[in-house]
Amino acid sequence: MPDYKLIGKNYTTSELRAKVTGRAKYAEDFRAEGMVFLKLLTSPMPHARVRSVDTSAALAMPGVEGILTPDDLAEIEAPNEAGLTYEPLYEGEPVLAVAAVDEPTASAAIEAIEIEWEVLPFALDPLDSLRPDGPNARLDGNTMQDRELATVKWSDREASELDEGRVPTTGLFTDEWVVGDLDTGFAAADLIIDESIYHQSMGHQPLESRSCMAYWQNGKVYVYGSTQSTARTVGIVARWTGVEQENVVLVAEYCGGGFGSKAAGALSMVFPIAMSRKIRKPVMMRISRREENAIGRARPAVQLRAKLGFRSDGRLLAMDLFSVGDGGPYGRSGDFLSLGNIASLIYQPEAIRIRGLNVYTNTPPRAAQRAPGGEQAVSMLAPLMDRAARELGVSPTEMIRINAPSGQAKFGAPGRDGAQGNASSAFVVEALDKGMAEFGWAERSRRSGERRGTKATGIGVALSSFSAGSSGMDGLAVLRPDGMLQLHTGVGNLGTESFSDCARAAAEALDMPWERVELVWGATDRNLPWSAMSVGSQTTHAHTRANWALGLDIRRKLQEIAAGDLGGAPADYDVADERVFRRGSRGQGLSFARAAERAIELGGRYDGHELPEDINGMTVASATALAGRGLLGVAKDNFDTGGRVMSFVVGFAEVEVDVETGAIQMVDYVGAADCGTVVHPRLLGSQIHSGGIQGFGIALSQKWVYDRRWGLAVSKRFYNNRPPGILDVPHERPMGWVTADEPDPFNPLGAKGIGEPAIGAASGAVLCAIADALGGEGQFYRSPVTADMVLTKLEQLPAPHGRLVNHV
Amino acid sequence: MAVIRDVIPQLELFQPSSTDDALALLAEHGSDAWVYAGGLDTLDWFKDRVKRPRVVVDLGGIDSMREIRSTSDGIEIGAMATLISVIDNPEVRSQFPALAYSAKSAASPQIRHQGTIGGNIGQDTRCWYYRDGWTCYRAGGNICYASPPTAMNREHCILGASRCVAVNPSDTAPTLVALEAEMVVRRGNSERVVAAEDFFVGPEIDIERMTVLEPGDLLMSIRVPSKWANSRVYFEKVRDRDSWDFPLANVATAIRENGGTIEEARVVVNGVAPTPVRLTAVESAIIGQPRNEQTAEQAGNVSIQGVAPLTHNGYKVNLMKNLVKRSIRDEPLA
Repeated sequence: MPDYKLIGKNYTTSELRAKVTGRAKYAEDFRAEGMVFLKLLTSPMPHARVRSVDTSAALAMPGVEGILTPDDLAEIEAPNEAGLTYEPLYEGEPVLAVAAVDEPTASAAIEAIEIEWEVLPFALDPLDSLRPDGPNARLDGNTMQDRELATVKWSDREASELDEGRVPTTGLFTDEWVVGDLDTGFAAADLIIDESIYHQSMGHQPLESRSCMAYWQNGKVYVYGSTQSTARTVGIVARWTGVEQENVVLVAEYCGGGFGSKAAGALSMVFPIAMSRKIRKPVMMRISRREENAIGRARPAVQLRAKLGFRSDGRLLAMDLFSVGDGGPYGRSGDFLSLGNIASLIYQPEAIRIRGLNVYTNTPPRAAQRAPGGEQAVSMLAPLMDRAARELGVSPTEMIRINAPSGQAKFGAPGRDGAQGNASSAFVVEALDKGMAEFGWAERSRRSGERRGTKATGIGVALSSFSAGSSGMDGLAVLRPDGMLQLHTGVGNLGTESFSDCARAAAEALDMPWERVELVWGATDRNLPWSAMSVGSQTTHAHTRANWALGLDIRRKLQEIAAGDLGGAPADYDVADERVFRRGSRGQGLSFARAAERAIELGGRYDGHELPEDINGMTVASATALAGRGLLGVAKDNFDTGGRVMSFVVGFAEVEVDVETGAIQMVDYVGAADCGTVVHPRLLGSQIHSGGIQGFGIALSQKWVYDRRWGLAVSKRFYNNRPPGILDVPHERPMGWVTADEPDPFNPLGAKGIGEPAIGAASGAVLCAIADALGGEGQFYRSPVTADMVLTKLEQLPAPHGRLVNHV
Repeated sequence: MAVIRDVIPQLELFQPSSTDDALALLAEHGSDAWVYAGGLDTLDWFKDRVKRPRVVVDLGGIDSMREIRSTSDGIEIGAMATLISVIDNPEVRSQFPALAYSAKSAASPQIRHQGTIGGNIGQDTRCWYYRDGWTCYRAGGNICYASPPTAMNREHCILGASRCVAVNPSDTAPTLVALEAEMVVRRGNSERVVAAEDFFVGPEIDIERMTVLEPGDLLMSIRVPSKWANSRVYFEKVRDRDSWDFPLANVATAIRENGGTIEEARVVVNGVAPTPVRLTAVESAIIGQPRNEQTAEQAGNVSIQGVAPLTHNGYKVNLMKNLVKRSIRDEPLA
């Protein structure tokens, strides 16, 4: 590993003080002259049609500024979501928006609106909708088949399998892919496990809701929103509002979390934008927690049948998956199918097939949530791998080792050429070994199943993976005549700090002290370069590449300027200590400040008046605006790629299960990551642990609950849909983390992302630990595992609902 | 009329600085008035626009109601004492550690700094149908949405249902009942003292209230007599997560032993019925017995006589049985 000065070192990001002192401005902190407030009228039913609506009394109220209706928004083709609708498909779906001088007036105006509803059938559970006489969530079908809305119903025979808690293998599935020969694999298997498993839906629940303020001025729309991505949100806002991208100004310096639900803004941003255009005033929309619970997106539930065939040494020979996804009411969620990609990567089965379908339900819209599909794969399959290990007499860690991917492992659905893609790198075994040492696996495994009074100890381990990077982005910076490096980034500041961490790659390339770097981010009128979406853990890999390319571009220009002024060839010059100087003669050179002045004098490509042809149009516009201010560095990441960038986390958990109360307590957790070169250790640790804590929630507490008679959610608040909090983390000692410390060969710095796989590693490890604590009685084939489930199983009580039932 | 569950509706806010002024306001406005203590129960109701009182009387400015003081027979805790002040009070900690522990089991650190002991015992039920504005019996309607076979009632009651199946969610209430605490209630110029055991009201008596407090009443303080000071009092709560959660069930058991047998006992459970339930049959069964595994087992078995679980809460039967058992068998938790 090179001896980096910045990469791999802890530091304090420039905006941290603002965050901890409350000076940071989030979307709802902004104000504008003449601003009014918007509130939403939402559906009280899971599926209904507005027969009539009378807004006259509301409009007549003093202080009411206007009402936005579905007719004010662009028409959207089914099954996509318009934002406002006269046929709401879930409880809490916005129907109208009312603007008024203040929120009390807007709320009172909503109560003055008379609406007559026609109640329509609803479906809460995909499996209910697939039954022969089951309801459809949409009037135009319950799934997508061959890119068209369609209705799929299974037979009575298949329904009877559902009654027995199994996903039928004979039902119609709309999607399928296969690699290898399943029959051969199962024929050679010494152990076959065939189970149906349920994974819950769960809201993203970022602490900052998707509030937004917007106004129009001189043909431009100014949007103060909460979004994970900065540069990439502009295009989608432009599409929603029907204006050119250059007429969208997005201000989003801070984002209080998104987890995928605010990937490029949120559809709800369109409400204040459209209302502001309609009433010609700035409009603030503050989204309540209750509204966030409805419109804030969610991870899809999956009901899965998994048949796994193992050799006696634990090697997975064949994996056959039948997957039903809860698609919510709109779009086309892919988690039900993409889980197969991750399963094929982390377990490397010699043959794999996945068949599945996505079924619409009258529950909140779904979106990618931290490791979409990947987390479900680990949470549902890791307990089966663990059970197989137990039955085969193989240790759980050896089970991971024998099936682990390594190097440029192939995985996933075959492409059009019939071949699978590959990972750019995989150092799973290295992470596993380091994790085992950090966790003290050998010692702890002796406590497996140990009872102390009523407390049973369990330990669990699970391997998780997900995407960890993209490529082809741009880097942009100005080396100013004052010697400062003004570095621009369009990466969003969503709490991961990657927007800042990645910028250090450019400074590293220039041997530039971080204190001499001024970071520009968070508003699209600040000349930002084309940047990756801040989703899928892309940015660390993508923007260390782009900013390394940027650093090299500035370095080359410095060398050329020095050679031009001082003689010799550019290669004769080196860069360090904020100077470009002749090798072997440090006194012969230019300071960065002087070189920046010379760049302005030279013009052309040195100060940005000539730009490379391969950079994105957004970068061109930004670089053009910055031209002439110093030495302009701009470059596209054209480094080699070597497959899909995937990172890995092995999670190790210890739990205590009280067999008298069913209570499950986290005792300890360690995450061991293969994430390439460590860029920022403290933030890496926080990603491994924060993903881990979300994973604890999947395993132990977080879920939706719906009344099946009325189709309405009863768990709308934090305290009853139960995402985990800081008091739910292990108390015995601080959670640990380690890394494989192996650079990715397809990143000049070796870096990969990490946010995604951290979640499944924890949920899988905790579910395995519960199983371990309770021995043969510890498999629930369902998440989360709660005290009532433990007690019901231990006391051999009749289960109040079937294994696969949704939202109970 | 369309429904919106956001933004507190207009109301008239009074912030008296003395109990006399507060009582005068409550007398003046009667059933139009809402007593506001820490606000943790209240603000959900208001923000959801489900409860819409015309007048709110905020007790936050009455410092005297926050006092915790020693008396000739124990301690007296002002109803407006925050949970954290109860937890941190040296007398409470030394004489009644189970009360401090049960207060510490409630909610989250932030809420314990704002929430009051009076609010914790007087809080409304957390039935998710009722809290969400469904027009159930408790809300003045003529149906219970939580009890049908299709309903989601994992957190509802297994004892004491009478049309309504909601449970009392307080963590401090069972401990106060076990400690034979008394509630000091004022109304105008008159004062009455109600045993904690009698303070809570089930739906068979009044389906729209959780306590004996009526419009015009003000819970002034809670007297905890010295009778159970420094005694063996066990409290335990089981919940779904540690960050902030109401009990699936909790138990508070006070036991006095003499000569190797249980001389006196008070066993109280909550989260399983519309009120904290004193299990007198269990008490009778264990008095005169040695405090051992066998007695504890027997106590657990007696505790579940007469339970009537709903579709999703059958587990509470075993949970209550085991909590009662361990409250007798095990040493009190710290």
